[in-house]
Amino acid sequence: MKKTVSLLLLISILSLLLLTSCANSKETVTEVKDPVYKRGEVVSLNVYNWGEYISDGSEGIYDTNKEFVKYFNENLSEKYGGITVEVNYSTYPTNEDMYSKLKNGASSYDVIIPSDYMIERLISEGMLLRFDVEKDIENFHYIIDSFKKPYYDPDGAYSVPYTYGMLGIIYNKTLVDPLDIDEEHELSWGLMWNEKYSGNILQFNNPRDAFATAMYWKGLDVNSTEAEVWDEALELLKEQKQLLQGYVSDEIFNKMCGESAAIAPYFVGDFLTMVDKQPNLDFFFPREGVNYFVDAMCIPISTKHPSIAKEYINFMLSPEAAIANAEYLGYASPHSYVVNDEDYIAYMEDFGYEGPNGETAYDLLYNNDPATVNERYNALFSNDDIKDPACYRNFTPEIQSRVNTLWEELKISGSTELWVHITSIGIVVGVVALAVYTTYVKKKRSRFYRERDKASRSAK
Amino acid sequence: MKNKKSLLHSISAAPHIFWAVLFIVVPLIIVIFYAFTVQNPDGSYTFSFSNIASLPDYISIFGLSLELSVIATAVCLVVGYPLAYIMARSKPKTQKILVMLLMLPMWTNLLIRTYSLMAILDNNGILNQLLGTSFQIVGTKGAVIFGMVYDFLPYMVLPIYTCLSKIDKYMWEAAADLGCDTPKTLVKVILPLSRSGIISGVTMVLVPSIRTFSISQKLGGGTFELIGDTIERQFVTGALNVGAAISLVMMVLILISLTIMNKFGDSEDGGIIV
Amino acid sequence: MKKYASIIYISLIFAVLYIPIATVILFSFNSENNTAEFMGFSLRWYIELFRSEDAWIALRNTIILAVSSSLLATVIGTAAAEGIYRMRSKLVKTAITSVTNIPMMNPDIVTGMSMMLFFAAIMGIFAIRDYNSIGFLAMLISHTTFCLPYVILSVLPRINELGNSLSEAALDLGCTPIQAFFKVKLPNILPGVISGMVMAFTLSLDDFVISYFVGPTNFQTLPLLIYSMTKKTVKPDMYALSTIIIISVFILLFISNMRSFKKNPEPRKIKKKVGGAR
Repeated sequence: MKKTVSLLLLISILSLLLLTSCANSKETVTEVKDPVYKRGEVVSLNVYNWGEYISDGSEGIYDTNKEFVKYFNENLSEKYGGITVEVNYSTYPTNEDMYSKLKNGASSYDVIIPSDYMIERLISEGMLLRFDVEKDIENFHYIIDSFKKPYYDPDGAYSVPYTYGMLGIIYNKTLVDPLDIDEEHELSWGLMWNEKYSGNILQFNNPRDAFATAMYWKGLDVNSTEAEVWDEALELLKEQKQLLQGYVSDEIFNKMCGESAAIAPYFVGDFLTMVDKQPNLDFFFPREGVNYFVDAMCIPISTKHPSIAKEYINFMLSPEAAIANAEYLGYASPHSYVVNDEDYIAYMEDFGYEGPNGETAYDLLYNNDPATVNERYNALFSNDDIKDPACYRNFTPEIQSRVNTLWEELKISGSTELWVHITSIGIVVGVVALAVYTTYVKKKRSRFYRERDKASRSAK
Repeated sequence: MKNKKSLLHSISAAPHIFWAVLFIVVPLIIVIFYAFTVQNPDGSYTFSFSNIASLPDYISIFGLSLELSVIATAVCLVVGYPLAYIMARSKPKTQKILVMLLMLPMWTNLLIRTYSLMAILDNNGILNQLLGTSFQIVGTKGAVIFGMVYDFLPYMVLPIYTCLSKIDKYMWEAAADLGCDTPKTLVKVILPLSRSGIISGVTMVLVPSIRTFSISQKLGGGTFELIGDTIERQFVTGALNVGAAISLVMMVLILISLTIMNKFGDSEDGGIIV
Repeated sequence: MKKYASIIYISLIFAVLYIPIATVILFSFNSENNTAEFMGFSLRWYIELFRSEDAWIALRNTIILAVSSSLLATVIGTAAAEGIYRMRSKLVKTAITSVTNIPMMNPDIVTGMSMMLFFAAIMGIFAIRDYNSIGFLAMLISHTTFCLPYVILSVLPRINELGNSLSEAALDLGCTPIQAFFKVKLPNILPGVISGMVMAFTLSLDDFVISYFVGPTNFQTLPLLIYSMTKKTVKPDMYALSTIIIISVFILLFISNMRSFKKNPEPRKIKKKVGGAR
């Protein structure tokens, strides 16, 4: 026993030492060199991406990772001294999950594809590798100019854009009255607060996007650092909660395609995936403004194979891979070759979506009508210090925890049904009563036996 | 004789103790470390009670989690006990098949099962289409309780069944000889004999129900959060310290309830006396 | 009458348990990429599944991990249950069981996160640069750790019930303690051991969260794959995979049960003896 205790103490002291040493050993690495490769060595490249965010070879389509391996081993192997490469591909559900694994973890990734505000955060914490994007990535010249040196990476030295997209409202044409969309309400976020559709509206199940819908509606700054602005948005969300069917994340696909809900905010690329299965759906960009995001490829500072990681990014920008991915994802591409490619345009125009004025999927992605939205995007990249409310920026820790608190308040708001309280309290009371009764009976019985024994003993 | 025995016991538990200290206690210390510190902007940590102090904000989430899991456990017990009883009283061959059938759904991925449940229960789901209605089931607290019961029922039935199947058949005859009718035998003999099974069943259902997350988010439509969801959100949004504090308190709460339960369950003066 | 009531009761519960599974099986044969509406019968998703290497690698990894971690947990857990039963001091007993139960009480995410931090620290101490080299070991340790309490919880009641008289008798008759355990005690607690092992196996098979945090990039398990494939809609190929798993497990269990019936037509007789001994 004593040994166990001392062992325990020893281990706890060791682990504390360890923790503090880990917390302090944050060297600032700026350059990562390639290891010396041996001929015939098999190198694993660890790619960490969103789920279903790459053309993966299902149903006979282009298999990006396999094609990269083939391309590398045929053409680039000699350049790196005769090595062969394999891709370990893994996925994450949200930016934050990716961050927590990258930051705390036991992990080694070579290529990651986070969103804009997360890239901003990773850069500010020195977690990304700085490299000469234009020189190291041969195919970078394909990237449309407005995406070079973007708002999240003003030096243009950490990231290579992969996709971009916009938020809007998806609705079911058979369940929503067209009058409520454009004629009376003029394409407004207000549709998500329309009492007529109570019980049929979905909302994001993450604070950032959910707050943003309310903030865009009322013209508030989605990156605000003022507490009152967030409180105002919270009031709107609380009001909306009564009308919601639920707060959802990935379930949105099943709910909208299965016609279990009528209205949901989501991204245009995913809308195209949904409309492919459920033709009753339609989409619009609310005129008050929408979220605009870029997902870009980066190399974490912890990489072991920076040059091969760059080759991978370069391969992703090759016309063939870029077109395959753009077609698979349905998100807009920042790649000049892709957006002008006739086959790609034809593919998007025949996508099976036709808007009220005959718009195609291609129009929806690249030619945003209403025109206001379009202008906004053009304006976005024209100057360097953009304070456009359309994009998410990195939160300060204070605002992050404030938003978390408000989100909890939203989730708690609204009363729990009475039957839940009554039943659970009833059960607890019942169990306690049973326990007390049992102990009572037990005591009584043991007293009985004790007394009987005593009686028999004294009788002797 | 005595020496041999004590040697055996010290050896047999040793690997476990070693394992537990290294892989349970040390990670626990890490959690405790985070629960009692805050991170400074420069990345260092300072000791602080502020995480623990912020916990009263989460009382209603704690409460709801507890309430729903208590109800789910009770439902599991009420539904599962007769099932375990019937299983234990049937022919050996049937018993094996029933145990197998009970375990089989657990071999399907939880997410797949949850999505399948949602496809059935959704507003325009299979059930509502068959009935021609559009009841909202997904998104209610009832759906979450149902999800918990659906997932954890086998954990209730199996320990009780294991316990009941060991009860001698002659126990019934003995009880009958002593003047008990069937219901009385059930309450006075069989139920107390299966107490250890009930206790482990309740533990195995109650604890996972309290700590569960993502079922509640999916089947509950996300309109409310259970404590597991809160911890998850704290962790992924980088508030590791608050998340650690919440989980620490949750652990202590569960530990207290387990201790209380063990007090009534594990008294070693034999199971027959009630 | 009573018999019918119990048959109805059992069928009702199993119907509820199996409707979602039946839905999974049904939609795995759907001709369209849809898990809500049945459009027509086809084997499309099975063909798709057999073409994808990832699914099979993930299945293989999952089985390797589940088998090894459940075996390890069973061995350690059974020995521990025996040790805990024999402990005199109630305090030590409570302390050990409480510590053991920690992974069961924690939400998976806390276990996963703390394990991740733990292994990150281990990497720091031993200057391991490539996490993938210890990745499988980390997975094995984490899975065994969270399976342990379930094994102990299902073995300990059996040992408690069995009491000490049998093994004491064996010792008196000249068995060594080890013989007494393996020849007398183990066969009697075997149902508990097996149910603990099966529980550990299914838990490990189904775990996503801990594997997500601890898992290396070169060891993808099935739940991880399924989560990454359900980012948009659940594609029926994952339903097809589940169908194949559930049907093969069913067949396997069925065959093994049939064989054990032949070998041992009256398995309850042994149990009766035990009951008598108590």
